[in-house]
Amino acid sequence: MKKVFLIVLIISLLTLSITAVAKPLKVAFIYIGPTGDAGWTYAHDQGRIYAEKVLDGKITTTYIESVPEGMESYNTIKSLAKRGYNVIFTTSFGYMDATLMAAQEFPKIHFFHCSGYKTAENMTAYFGRMYQPRFLSGIVAGMMTKSNIIGYVAAHPIPEVIRGINAFALGVKLVNPRAKVKVVWTNTWYDPATEKEAALSLIDAGADVIAQHQDSPAPQQAAQERGVYSIGYNSDMSAFAPKAHLTAPIWNWGVFYVDVLQKIIDGTYKHGNVWLGMKDGVVDLAPFGHMVPENVKTIVEVFKKAIIDGEFDPFQGPIYDQSGNLRVKTGSKLSDEELLSMNWFVDNVEGKIPETSSE
Amino acid sequence: MLHLKLKIEKRLERFKCENFLISVVSLIISLVIMGIFIWINTGNFADVVETYKELFTWPFFPELGLVDTILKMIPLALIALGLLVVFKMKVWNIGAEGQLYLGAMATTWGALFLFKNMSNSISMITLLLIFGAIAGALWALIPAILKAFLKLDEIVTTLMLNYIAVYWLNYLIYGPWKDPKGFNFPLTAVFPKNSWLPELGDTGIHIGIIITFILVFVTYFIMYKTHLGFELKIIGDNPKAARYSGISIEKNLIIAMIFSGALAGLAGSIQVLGVQHRLQHGFSTGYGYTAIIVAWLARLNPFSAVIVAFLFGGLLVGGEQLQIVMRFPISMISALQGLILFSLLASEAIFKYRIKITKNDPIKIGGEFNGNT
Repeated sequence: MKKVFLIVLIISLLTLSITAVAKPLKVAFIYIGPTGDAGWTYAHDQGRIYAEKVLDGKITTTYIESVPEGMESYNTIKSLAKRGYNVIFTTSFGYMDATLMAAQEFPKIHFFHCSGYKTAENMTAYFGRMYQPRFLSGIVAGMMTKSNIIGYVAAHPIPEVIRGINAFALGVKLVNPRAKVKVVWTNTWYDPATEKEAALSLIDAGADVIAQHQDSPAPQQAAQERGVYSIGYNSDMSAFAPKAHLTAPIWNWGVFYVDVLQKIIDGTYKHGNVWLGMKDGVVDLAPFGHMVPENVKTIVEVFKKAIIDGEFDPFQGPIYDQSGNLRVKTGSKLSDEELLSMNWFVDNVEGKIPETSSE
Repeated sequence: MLHLKLKIEKRLERFKCENFLISVVSLIISLVIMGIFIWINTGNFADVVETYKELFTWPFFPELGLVDTILKMIPLALIALGLLVVFKMKVWNIGAEGQLYLGAMATTWGALFLFKNMSNSISMITLLLIFGAIAGALWALIPAILKAFLKLDEIVTTLMLNYIAVYWLNYLIYGPWKDPKGFNFPLTAVFPKNSWLPELGDTGIHIGIIITFILVFVTYFIMYKTHLGFELKIIGDNPKAARYSGISIEKNLIIAMIFSGALAGLAGSIQVLGVQHRLQHGFSTGYGYTAIIVAWLARLNPFSAVIVAFLFGGLLVGGEQLQIVMRFPISMISALQGLILFSLLASEAIFKYRIKITKNDPIKIGGEFNGNT
């Protein structure tokens, strides 16, 4: 009798564990903007859709759009936890503290926070080395400009954006030492009207290539209207400005999402801080527009390969800042810590970073 | 020649609990319209049922989203309480959002710089809340004075001051108040723990809710039990009569605006001390504007204002959940809010006025359409 009971118990336990394994992983994403922004959130959402397709049957996903940053997002994150989501991606800097708080409250849930620096046992901070394709897009801009003035519509004066501007300007400088990169701050990630205004003001100031660190394609449209070239960001924005769009540094989050989700399913994932580059496929350059000549493509390809192979780094010396100080010596390059806290411009950038008080 | 004239005139007969009826009917109408949209959109009637089931359960059950709903109710209710006092005298303060910002900024100034070393938590919090209320009141005083003495339209001035407040906040969090350890991100440092609003037990709800309930009674008392409240009502109903009877419109205007601004400022203060614990973008999700709908839907009654604020808080929370469960876009929720206000105004017109067709009356032209309540 006991034996029978044991066998039944074992069998039922086995079936239980099998059903537990077969239950799909519930994955949720929190977005700062609408998925239709054609930029930052769109790129993340494409990653989500890609992951759902590749890991078909093993995961189910959902998302919440336009969640305001700050501690109010904590309750939103918590509601996902209460609904039994096992993996939660929060995809904007301002969710960092709320994500950490939720991670401490729900130790069994995996949290992934994009673009921050705080981590926990069950919380990864992840981001991509966008400065690599930005450098390449700078090469394109530097070779395509005739007025030698390149406009850059930039969101917030934070290290991520400053790093992108510098990488871009270094790309420009490499092929065109006389060209300047003019920066205008919009103080917003996503505001099509403001972004467009900023782009137009740069074009009025003589810029004939417009680059952007913004989430909407509005600067692209401004460039197309005025008949100048443009460099997009986040995703291939050529559909919005086919005559202007030269290329764009873009995110391929899907690669990363599939990788970590598969590891979580296998039970092998270790949380920490990840910063992925072109060689991982998370960041890339969008296809070139038809107006980009072969010689430009060739040079970009050479540097792309060098970056992927680790033979070249956009932030290798010599690099001078705006006041002419040598910031990076020949033969050395900036460390990740220096890149993550960057708050100075390279010498061919025209623009100002608002000062931080020393308090 | 036969002249047919459409004349809109006030109904003389009144329904019982008319105001309550209008609110309920308009809510139902908007939910029905929304339901039809969802039905058309997804082609499945079960989705409509599922949507409303979600919308009416998640935000209102303790183990689910009730705490979140209450946290959103607090600023909405506080601002709406202030607004209904000025709305009563038909002064349209659209600037609650800006007054909320000023309250949050003044509180941040106090928490991070002026009183940062205060050891007594209770006196620090009291001081910071008063600070926020004063800042909001002063911000509302500007359009009040402009209207009282220069006859400047308060709708324009209050609205424009909102933008000034937003840019001022931007200046502070991008510049002098930026957290030195915040990697240049536009946010201030976290406030000292002493200044955080205490929680009620282990509920996750801060004591702002007690302040809100106290102010409901204060507002009720002012509006219905004081001379001031009586004067505000007369001014709203008939400013000429008020002036002839010796009521100072200017004085009442300024007092009411100060009260309204103070409550909005207090809401901003409570928001940063109770929820955010630092100043950054997104500390207000347009509470100052949503509260206008709340005050209106509550028919300018303080007790209803809390209930409506609670329901609206639920709508905001439920909206997020609908994104998770039904995968609706956020714009659907904004549309529902707009629908509610729209059908509210429409049902009010239908309840209070009727259309009369008159024949052959070429001398009297046009109809009357003035005043309500």
